[in-house]
Amino acid sequence: MEESTISNDPLDSISSLSPEEVQEKAELVASKWPKLNRQRMIMQGVLFGLFKFSAAINAVALLIIVYFLVSRGWKAINWTFLTQPPIDSMTKGGILPCIVGTICLSLGSLLVAFPIGVASAVYLHEYARPGRLLRLIRLGINNLAGVPSIVFGLFGLAFFVVWLEFGVSILAGSLTLGAMTLPVIIGASEEALRAVPDTYREASLGLGATKWQTIYRVVLPSALPGILTGAILGISRAAGETAPIMFTAAVFYSPSMPSSIFDEIMALPYHIYVLATAGTEIETTRHLQYGTALVLIVLVLGLNLVAIIYRSYLRRRMG
Amino acid sequence: MDRTKKMSIKNFDFYYGDFHALHEISLDFMTHEVTALIGPSGCGKSTLLRCLNRMNDLIPYSRADGEILLDGQNIYDSNVDVVTLRLRVGMVFQKPNPFPKTIFENAAYGLRVNGLKDKGQIRERVERTLRQAALWEEVKDRLYDSALGLSGGQQQRLCIARALAVKPEILLMDEPCSALDPIATQKIEELIHELKTSYTIIIVTHNMQQAARVSDITAFLYLGKLIEMGVTDTLFTRPQLKQTEDYITGRFG
Repeated sequence: MEESTISNDPLDSISSLSPEEVQEKAELVASKWPKLNRQRMIMQGVLFGLFKFSAAINAVALLIIVYFLVSRGWKAINWTFLTQPPIDSMTKGGILPCIVGTICLSLGSLLVAFPIGVASAVYLHEYARPGRLLRLIRLGINNLAGVPSIVFGLFGLAFFVVWLEFGVSILAGSLTLGAMTLPVIIGASEEALRAVPDTYREASLGLGATKWQTIYRVVLPSALPGILTGAILGISRAAGETAPIMFTAAVFYSPSMPSSIFDEIMALPYHIYVLATAGTEIETTRHLQYGTALVLIVLVLGLNLVAIIYRSYLRRRMG
Repeated sequence: MDRTKKMSIKNFDFYYGDFHALHEISLDFMTHEVTALIGPSGCGKSTLLRCLNRMNDLIPYSRADGEILLDGQNIYDSNVDVVTLRLRVGMVFQKPNPFPKTIFENAAYGLRVNGLKDKGQIRERVERTLRQAALWEEVKDRLYDSALGLSGGQQQRLCIARALAVKPEILLMDEPCSALDPIATQKIEELIHELKTSYTIIIVTHNMQQAARVSDITAFLYLGKLIEMGVTDTLFTRPQLKQTEDYITGRFG
């Protein structure tokens, strides 16, 4: 590396020099390149290495989790496991009701949180005038994001299940999860709206479009990929949560599939929790617990994948 | 030639919060003439331009005082519909800003938002305005490609076409060539020459040669005040005031 700075002539290669000459040139280089510089480069190298390591931990952590689940749970996975309800006090059989339940709750919470979240973000970023009301709303959103999930569960129990008399149901669970997902979707949507250049808005208004036409035809389509990212994050979080649904939607065991949004259901995260802590035979159902966890994580990653593919399709189409 | 007033600014003041951006501007724009607004950065020429279609309404804490008459009607009257105003007073911006849509959809945007649904009519108007903006020959085979794939100069002509499609009476141009190379700039200037037979054009420019080339009337602004205005040739060759002379000869600005 250093030697090559001596000559710009590519033919003057190191291999044609004697060891003494190489030594001599190396010293010449050392005299031209102060030590301080090398120290700084070493410092930079060390720090960048650390940063790279920190970043790599993320991928490694995911790999370890997946490896752990796959190695212990894959034996539980078979066609019966995926397509049958549990039998014999949940020590045998499958987890189909849990899979269906989790999909229902995820989509349900998305149906609740996506329209409200996007509408809120549009209001906050496109319409709201700075003032006390705006500050109050922002305070609300920030605090909503900080509320622990078990508190959402208790709120859902008190408000949706008992007070609104929805009972323990898909509806109550979806609304509770939706409330929890809202800040994520609002935050991502606002970020996406902020990234739309103001020149688009001006151009549209300058052509005699109303504010709503501008938002609907120009701003929202440009922001859609970013908004979808928020939805991805939200739905993943909703699918994996236990606390918000344990009082509002999920049950220990249900012999039948849900037939309406007022039915109670089983769900993957709660099923894992039940098998691992409250089942009749905790030790003998270990492989079922890992199998269920594996299905849950595949489901979440699968949902993410679908959304990511759709998002990149949208980006490409806008070119 | 018979000159008629298209737009007149009367004792107009504009504020951004506490900042007094425009001071008692009075100025007339004549039908089918090109008026250039020149002056150093921050003199208020863009602000003034953006008051003419009330684009400055978007800025919080801004305030306007005085009158701007369009065919005798004050555009700041409370009963004036801003959306209709912007249909009559079109705008082309400093940086080309086509929407991330196809070329066709860009040109058709103004028609669609204003309720034109007939596909044949939209197609015909799009072709006409693209021809008007001297862009048709270059894009006719790729109307359904993204407008973002065009060169900067083509994008700016598309933005002009987009503005012309809704048949405005006045076209405001805010330094339309500042992001373009000389050849694209020349094309836009030629376009301005052709367009002035059917439109009233008001152009803000940093480039004094450009003002001299394209405009009939030039107004010189400095620190938010109208310093001097007159027939372009006269203003550039025999300015009345020392300040104007200093600016156009490059002694400050």
